[in-house]
Amino acid sequence: MLDSQVTQTTADGRKIGGVMMEMKNITLRFGGVVAIKDISFDILEGEIRAIIGPNGAGKSSMLNVISGFYHPQDGEVWFHGKKRPAVKPYEVARQGIARTFQNIALFEGMTVLDNVMTGRLTQMKSGVFQQALWWGAAEREELENREICEKVIDFLEIQSIRKTPVARLPYGLKKRVELARALASEPKLLLLDEPMAGMNVEEKEDMSRFILDVNDEFGTTIALIEHDMGVVMDLSDRVVVMDYGRKIGDGTPDEVRNNQAVIDAYLGVSHD
Amino acid sequence: MKHAKKQGAAQKKLLIETICKISEIIKKRLSRKSMFEQKRWQKPQPCSQGRINILTQTSQALDDLRSLPHLLRRNASRFPDRPALREKELGIWQTWTWAQAEREITNMALGLIELGVKEGDYVAVIGRNRPYIYGSLVAVQMAGAVPVPLYQDAVAEEMSYVLEHCGARFVIAGDQEQVDKVLEIQDDLKDFEHLIYLDPRGMRKYDHSRLHDLRALQQSGLVAADSLQKELDSRVEAQTFETTCVMLYTSGTTGKPKGVVLNNRNIIISAKNACEFDGLKETDSLLSYLPIAWVGDFIFSVGQSYYAALSINCPESQETVLSDLREIGPSYYFAPPRVFESMLTSVVLRMQDASRIKQGLYRYFMAHASRVGQDILDGNAVSALDRLTYLIGDAVIYSPLKNALGLSRVRVGYTAGEAIGPEIFDFFRSMGINLKQLYGQTEASVFVTVQPDGQVYSDTVGVPAPDVEVKIAESGEVFYRSPGAFVEYYKSPESTAETKDPEGWVATGDAGFFDPDNGHLRIIDRAKDVAKMTDGSMFAPKYVENKLKFYPNILECVVFGAGRDRCMAFVNIDLAAVGNWAERNNIAYSSYQELAGHPEVLRVIEGHIEEVNVKVAQDAMLSGCQVHRFLVLHKELDADDGEMTRTRKVRRKVISEKFSDLVEALYNGAQDVFTETEVTYEDGRKGKISATLEIRDVKTVAVSGRIAAE
Repeated sequence: MLDSQVTQTTADGRKIGGVMMEMKNITLRFGGVVAIKDISFDILEGEIRAIIGPNGAGKSSMLNVISGFYHPQDGEVWFHGKKRPAVKPYEVARQGIARTFQNIALFEGMTVLDNVMTGRLTQMKSGVFQQALWWGAAEREELENREICEKVIDFLEIQSIRKTPVARLPYGLKKRVELARALASEPKLLLLDEPMAGMNVEEKEDMSRFILDVNDEFGTTIALIEHDMGVVMDLSDRVVVMDYGRKIGDGTPDEVRNNQAVIDAYLGVSHD
Repeated sequence: MKHAKKQGAAQKKLLIETICKISEIIKKRLSRKSMFEQKRWQKPQPCSQGRINILTQTSQALDDLRSLPHLLRRNASRFPDRPALREKELGIWQTWTWAQAEREITNMALGLIELGVKEGDYVAVIGRNRPYIYGSLVAVQMAGAVPVPLYQDAVAEEMSYVLEHCGARFVIAGDQEQVDKVLEIQDDLKDFEHLIYLDPRGMRKYDHSRLHDLRALQQSGLVAADSLQKELDSRVEAQTFETTCVMLYTSGTTGKPKGVVLNNRNIIISAKNACEFDGLKETDSLLSYLPIAWVGDFIFSVGQSYYAALSINCPESQETVLSDLREIGPSYYFAPPRVFESMLTSVVLRMQDASRIKQGLYRYFMAHASRVGQDILDGNAVSALDRLTYLIGDAVIYSPLKNALGLSRVRVGYTAGEAIGPEIFDFFRSMGINLKQLYGQTEASVFVTVQPDGQVYSDTVGVPAPDVEVKIAESGEVFYRSPGAFVEYYKSPESTAETKDPEGWVATGDAGFFDPDNGHLRIIDRAKDVAKMTDGSMFAPKYVENKLKFYPNILECVVFGAGRDRCMAFVNIDLAAVGNWAERNNIAYSSYQELAGHPEVLRVIEGHIEEVNVKVAQDAMLSGCQVHRFLVLHKELDADDGEMTRTRKVRRKVISEKFSDLVEALYNGAQDVFTETEVTYEDGRKGKISATLEIRDVKTVAVSGRIAAE
C-alpha cells in the first residue's frame, strides 16, 4: 500500500501517490565519457515509469544509478523525501528497491525455487550459523520466506518449473524467474531493465500482464526500460526520453509521442 | 571439469537408485503382506470395517443416501478425519477432511440461499479442478438447485449458448479469465443475475454489484446460519432419487450441445455399482484433473468419491499434473488413452537417452514382462522360473518405472473415450498395473460395459456393468437400459424421444457386436459413420484411424471413403514424436508445418499406412477400408477451429467441408495441392496459413475377389 497520500487516480482506477524517488541534476562520467548529463526526473508512488531512448542513450546507466550500482559525480538521489548518500547496492536493496537485469543474471545451476528464495536474502535476520543449524528463529524465518516465495511463484504461474534448474529453462521463462526473484523481496520500487527483450509476441503479452498485475495487486512502483514502443505506450503512466545522456522528453505517453525532439531522436533529422 | 562433475553426479545417482531399489523391494514385501491381509478380510466373512457397512445397504439405508448432501452428511459423521479433498496450494498439499468439507459446503449452500438461489434453479459452475469448485457443485444441490458444470476452455460464444439454454441465474467461476468471459456475454443472458468467483486476483476494481467473492459468500452464509439452517435442512430433505442431481452438456460431434439431465438415482446407483464392482473404499484416492464438465469426472470425483468416501486430489495447475500424480500416487486412476500414449512415448524417448546398461535391462525385462506379465496380473499359471525373473524385473525396472510415472499404487485403472493401442495397453498391464477399459457415455452416467479384473482384452470394452442390460439392434447399433440411463435432454423432448424409447432403452449411436469368443462387447465405430462404399463393402473410418493412431508418429487422422470407390486419409503428425525422430536423423525444421511437409516424414508415414493396410486386409468385413492415398495436414486439428470437439474427437463433417479442396485433390489423382486455411489463435485472433501439400500413393494389399489399385 502507499505510504504517502493519494494525489491522483488513473483512468483505470489505480492510485498514484506523492514523489517516491527524485533524481536531481544527475551527471555520470566514465573517464572522459559522459553517460548521463544533468538529468532530473521523479518517480511517483504507485506509477509505472518508463525510460526510453535509442541505443547508448544512458538508460541502463540511469537504472544503475537508481539501484546504487553507480554513483553519479554530480547530482543527488532523493528517496522517500531523504537525500540518499552513496551507498552499496545491497543497502539500496534493503530499502525496498529490487531489479531485474537486461542480460539474465540468475544462478543457472540452482532450481527456480532456490533462485526465488535468494530474493529474500536481504530480508533475513538470522545469521549464517543459525541458518546452518536451521533451528528456532532461523527455521521460522525460512518457513515465512518460503511462503512469500510460493505466493510469488503462484502469482507468476511458474509452479510447474518450481524444481527445475534454471539452466534448463527457455529464455522467456528465465525472464519470468528473474521477475519472481525481484518480487520475492517485496520491493517498493521495482526496476526492470528491458523485461521484454528477445521475447515473442505471446511472451511479451504475458510479461505485460504480469507487470500490470504486480503494479495493481501489490501497488508496487515500477520503473522500466523498454525498446518495444507499443509496450511502453500501453503500460506506462509517464515516460522519460533520453538521447546521448540528455533528457529530451518527459511526460505522458501521448505527450512524448508528439514531442518533436523525441521524434527527431528516434527517426533522425535531415542535415540540409 | 564439467565432465568429471557429470560423472560424479552419475555415480551418486546410481547409488541413490540402488538404495531406492532395495527399499522398493522391502516395501514390496511389506505391501505384499498387507495385500494378503486385505484379501483375507475381503472374503465375505463377517467383518466390522466401514466398507462392509456401505456395501450391504438395505433399501431403507440406501434411501438415506439418496443425494450427494446425504452422502456428505454420512461421510462427515462416519469418517470425519479422513481426507476428502486435497489440493496442492503454495507448493503444499492442503487437505479438507470430510468434516471440514461438510462445513465449507454447508456455508456455501447457506450463502447461496441468502443470495437468492431458489429450488430448481440452474447454477453454472466453471473452473479448474479445485476443492472449492467441487464443493460448490454439491453446495448448489444442497441449496436445492441444479449444478451445470461447464468446460473451462469454452470460448464466450459457446458458453453463451449453454448459459442461455439452461437459464442460469447464478454462475460460479474459478478465476478472472472465466469471470471476464461471463461478463462479456452477460447482456445476452436474460436470466443471469449473480456471478460468484473463487480466486479474487485481478478483480478488485470490478463492479461488485453482481460479483461476489465465494469466501465472502460463505461468511455471509455462516452469519445467516441461524435463520437459514431450517430452510437448508428442508431443501436437503426434499431431495429424492428422482430429483435432478446434475445437468451436463454433451460436447456433441454434431450440432448444438445438449443438456443431459441426470437425477440422483442415475448418479448414486451408478457410483454405488461401480464402487462395488472394483471394491473401492475410503482409503482409496483419485487424482482429479479432467474437466469437471465431463460426466466421467463427475462420476469419479463426485459420485464415487462421495459414495465410497474416497479422497480426491486436485493438481496445482494443468502443467503440474504429471508431477502431482507422482506425489499423490493414486490408487484409482482414470486417464484417456492419449495420456497413457504420451506416458509411453516419454518413457521410450527417455530410455533412448539412458545408459547402455539401463537400456539393456529395460529391453530384457520389458520383453519378459510382455511375455508373462499379464498372466501374472490375471492370476494365470506361470512357471516358477518366469515368476522369479519377473520378480527381479519388478525390483530393477517395473517398480522404479511405475514410481517415476506415479502409478505405483494404482489398484484400479481405467481408460475410455477412444480405442487404446494394444501395445500401449499391454505395456502398462505387463508391468502389473491393473489397467482396464470401460465403455460409456454421458447419457448412461458413464457405465455401459466394463472389463472385470482378470478378463481384459485390448480390443474389447468388457461385459455389461452391474444392473446394465445391453442389446445389439439389427443395424448393429448398441442399445442399453440401466439405472444410470439419463432422464431427458433438457428442453428437447424430440431428441430425448429419438435416443431413449419408452421402455428405457437408450441408443448409444455406436455400432458394435459381442465377441463370440469371450462374450465381450466390441465397438467398431459411430453408427452414423459406418457407411457403404460404392462397391457395397462396409466403411468404418474409425476402425482404420485407430489402427493408424496407434503409431506414436501419428497424432490424429481422418479417413474418407463413404460413397466413394477408395479410401483416402488426412494425417496429423505428433510433433513430440516426429520432432524427436527428426532430431536424431539430422532433419532440420523450423515449424510444425515444415516438419509435416518433409519428404522423409512423408516416407515414414507412408510406411505406417502400408503396415495398417496389411492388417486391415486381414479383416474379411472391412478389407475395403485400406488407404490408397494420403496427405499430411499443414496444421493440427484443433477444437478452437471447430475441427474437433472439446474432448478431442474429430468432427468429420466440419473437416470434410473445411478441407474440401484437399479431399478433392486426393480423389482426382493430383500429386500436390495448394491450400489456405483460417486458424484461430489461443487469444481468439484469426490468421491464415497456406501450404502446398504433397499427396502420396500407398501400396494396398489385394484381397481375394477384389483387385487392389496398385
